[in-house]
Amino acid sequence: MSIKVIKEKCTGCKICVKVCPFGAIKVEHKLAVIDLNRCNLCGACVSVCKFQAIILSAPEDLGTRAPKENYRGIWVFGEQKKGIIQPVVFELLGEARRLAEDLKTDVSCVVLGYKIESQQIEELFWRGADKVYLVEAEELYHYQDEPYTEIFVELIKEYKPEILLCGATAIGRSLVSRVAVKIRTGLTADCTGLAIDPETKLLLQTRPAFGGNIMATIVCSDYRPQMATVRHKVMKELPVDKTRKGLIIRKNYDGRLLHSRTKLIDIVEEIGESVNLAEADIIVSGGRGLGRAENFKLIEELAKVLGGAVGASRAAVDSGWIAYSHQVGQTGRTVCPKIYFACGISGQIQHLIGMQSSKIIVAINKDPHAPIFNVATYGIVGDLFEIVPLLTQRFKEVLKK
Amino acid sequence: MRDYLLTEEQRMIQDLARKIAQEKIRPVAAKYDETEEFPWEIMRILAQSDLFGVFIPQEYGGLGGGVLELAIVTEELSRACGGIAVCYAATGLGTYPIILFGNEEQKKKYLPLIASGKKLAAFALTEAGAGSDASAIQTTAEKKGDYYLLNGTKQWITNGGEAEVYTVIALTDRTKGARGATAFILEKGMEGFSFGKKEKKMGIRASATRELIFNNCKVPKENVLGKEGMGFIVAMKTFDVSRPGVAAQAVGIAQGALDLAIEYAKERKQFGQSISSFQGIQFMLADMATSIAAARALIYTVCRAVDRGEKDIAKESAMAKLFASDVCMKVTTDAVQIFGGYGYMRDYPIEKFMRDAKITQIYEGTNQIMRNIIALNLIKETLR
Amino acid sequence: MEIIVCIKQVPDTTEVRIDPQTNTLQREGVASIINPFDMYALEEGIRLKEKYGGKVTVITMGPPQAEEALREAISLGSDEAILITDRALAGSDTWATSLTLAKAIEKIGRFDLIICGKQAIDGDTAQVGPGISAHLNIPQVTYVKKIEEIRILEHQSTGAPEHRAPSTHSAIVRVQRMMEEGYVVMEVPLPCLITVVKEINEPRLPSLKGKLRARNALITKWGIQDLGIDKQDVGLEGSPTRVVRVFSPPPRKGGQILQGNVQEMVEKLVELLKSEIL
Repeated sequence: MSIKVIKEKCTGCKICVKVCPFGAIKVEHKLAVIDLNRCNLCGACVSVCKFQAIILSAPEDLGTRAPKENYRGIWVFGEQKKGIIQPVVFELLGEARRLAEDLKTDVSCVVLGYKIESQQIEELFWRGADKVYLVEAEELYHYQDEPYTEIFVELIKEYKPEILLCGATAIGRSLVSRVAVKIRTGLTADCTGLAIDPETKLLLQTRPAFGGNIMATIVCSDYRPQMATVRHKVMKELPVDKTRKGLIIRKNYDGRLLHSRTKLIDIVEEIGESVNLAEADIIVSGGRGLGRAENFKLIEELAKVLGGAVGASRAAVDSGWIAYSHQVGQTGRTVCPKIYFACGISGQIQHLIGMQSSKIIVAINKDPHAPIFNVATYGIVGDLFEIVPLLTQRFKEVLKK
Repeated sequence: MRDYLLTEEQRMIQDLARKIAQEKIRPVAAKYDETEEFPWEIMRILAQSDLFGVFIPQEYGGLGGGVLELAIVTEELSRACGGIAVCYAATGLGTYPIILFGNEEQKKKYLPLIASGKKLAAFALTEAGAGSDASAIQTTAEKKGDYYLLNGTKQWITNGGEAEVYTVIALTDRTKGARGATAFILEKGMEGFSFGKKEKKMGIRASATRELIFNNCKVPKENVLGKEGMGFIVAMKTFDVSRPGVAAQAVGIAQGALDLAIEYAKERKQFGQSISSFQGIQFMLADMATSIAAARALIYTVCRAVDRGEKDIAKESAMAKLFASDVCMKVTTDAVQIFGGYGYMRDYPIEKFMRDAKITQIYEGTNQIMRNIIALNLIKETLR
Repeated sequence: MEIIVCIKQVPDTTEVRIDPQTNTLQREGVASIINPFDMYALEEGIRLKEKYGGKVTVITMGPPQAEEALREAISLGSDEAILITDRALAGSDTWATSLTLAKAIEKIGRFDLIICGKQAIDGDTAQVGPGISAHLNIPQVTYVKKIEEIRILEHQSTGAPEHRAPSTHSAIVRVQRMMEEGYVVMEVPLPCLITVVKEINEPRLPSLKGKLRARNALITKWGIQDLGIDKQDVGLEGSPTRVVRVFSPPPRKGGQILQGNVQEMVEKLVELLKSEIL
């Protein structure tokens, strides 16, 4: 695999310099020069060049490394906590169904756990699964990296799925990273778009990189399964169809695979009854403009009325006004709720990275030049101490009706 | 011309001090100004970064620099907060008597602890009745065999109560006048050594200013700095090398104010345009920047002379302190002016710079005393 | 304690701007920094060394200029630094990257704890840490927000047979792992790998003595041959995934700024959002 510039075609127009995500291209004497130490061979320059002056040669060996045709079907990791299937699983099943239409194949859900109620499994069928692979053992009640990985690897080896989707959750990301290495296949993190290429039938996995500043489409052509994690709230779940039924395939594994060197000692739920950030449809966030910790009460009240979660900017967290687990942004959590309220948040790039894929953004800030207004769907320039309580009161009235 | 011919090491020190000022001090400057708490959190960061060692010889655990390094750090810290910077600089002031006049045992005992930032230092000369007229001090030290008994009260001592190591000037022989004073190293916790209440100040409010009270305070004779009777020489020579530090504090405060003023002038719109497009503002900014550059050049020149070991630098040292502190007062006042009504409000950071600036014209010798020193030296030079 | 910290040099994405005309990333003049999450990993490693003794070895895979990142790590208190650099590594995905780092760690030999940041801010994959532990077949805990304690056990020669990597201690580390709804407390035997989140500590700034040391420190450089890695297993060829298209997301446009007095603006907003909320 190599990349080169065709001197005769290059005009030194510098378009490639601008698109290179790695700063690897310079124009010297009207000729693009690629610094191979920086180049990641991503091909961004190739597609943008108007003169076809950059050539990325394909690997010499395009032969298949795994007999791909033996791999069939789409799998979804059925993440459960304390026996409850997590909502992201339903979204993934919805997406898997759409992909399965294009591939003319079926959708399976893999559930590892202990004494899972049959209604939980039934719901997977209602939500789009054709089959459920169910592995139950006491050791699997709570997630543990090692037994989950080992069993997943066994299942994949035995049943050979073509595609495996998993929620980009704390559990999902840890699990499939390990599984992909053991299986020796590709894994794309945090996808926001999935599609099947009509010609190659490959899974086109699109994800943001560089803090959402660029999007990349990634394929895994030579290895199976094609694995991807998907952010919560990105895919749409299907309407519940209670007439759907499916097949449960129960598997048992011996103690060797169930052994875990890590031990779970305790589970501490901090966010308690209020909604957690990743799952919230509505997030109300506060920033530096709140001035002090006590003023977060305004944010909490609005969130409570709307049934939403409380978020915060880094400035608010660093000032010690609220716990880090509420931080939205580059060094905090990435969220994409239906509605995101940014109150007294100026909109530093670090914050925008974490919330700009929200469907609706409402910004309330006294500074009309605050960058948050550049991304806001609706902006109110004004004093949040006046506006937020009024909003809380009005929503309370409206929602009562 | 960013580096003023600094060496690679000096630039490294400057970069680190700037980073600390920017990332750690700026966000908390307003808090400490408001609460008047002592900024121990920042002192720990400075210690961990080895910044207390920059002016201390290598054989005593320092990095082997001199007053220029001390000035560079003080300046950078002052850009973010003049009050926090003086907690650092006052340790330099309290330590220099030991560097200049301490014997081997004293240096070995105290300098490594100060270089590592484990202990802060302070310098104590001023008393209620002895400000510009330092010779009017009343604190006495009576020799009793192996030790001295100190009695009296020092006033307005920067780092008082927070520092562990103090250089104190006291009279050992009232009859000898200026030659009857002696410098001592005192440690916090010595019997008969206590502190008065913390003063409430106009500016540099992060720093602690207290009385030192000596009530039959027993100080071993090993703690005499230099010789008995050299107290004022210790003080004056210390000031000669420490005044560029105050000057650096002043230039740092001025630079910090100018940085904010430029930023604000670009953002603030009046009459439909940014106020930085008005010549009236532009001329102010240009004058501010020019006087800061001149002050800095003078300070660095004097620092280099001191570090080269030149004697007779009292005049130049006084000039640096005088000029830089006057520049600082003017620049910070103009910066508030550029901010207009907002500048007068405590919500905005700029008025603090003006409050912090004022002390630089007063302490370590008022600017009137500086002019005295300069003039006397000018006349003395013509008599040679 | 022998601690290995894996770091990555990344462009400071907070400085990255989008060119409004071409709608592409302006990468020119953007500073390179140590991935912020790796700074927490480094800090934790250095704190553990200060508490339990031992050594911190920092490793990175990247172009020759990633040496700067290693020097910075030394100025913060790391003892040794290894740069894995080789043209053949260009285009490596997380599979190939974690293989390379795992091979380097095997070459280092004995270690107790590997610490990684939870993810890098340029790729955001969070896959390399778990990938390394999978290659090394050691236990892992991701998203660690606190190391509660390390219990050194009596010296036993045993250790489970699957412990391929030799540890200098027999010890159990107890950590808090961040989850969506709180955290879980876990215990894991050394040697193991953890990835850390921001909450775990506040990274220190470098010291002057550290900076002086870093200037002259020797950086070990390894290529794939030194690690016994086959060219087929790394770089673009050895990477299961491949980027086929890179594009800029459509920029999010600012919407409407509501007008009127406070009452009117609030009323309007409630009206606009009502259908979404109900």
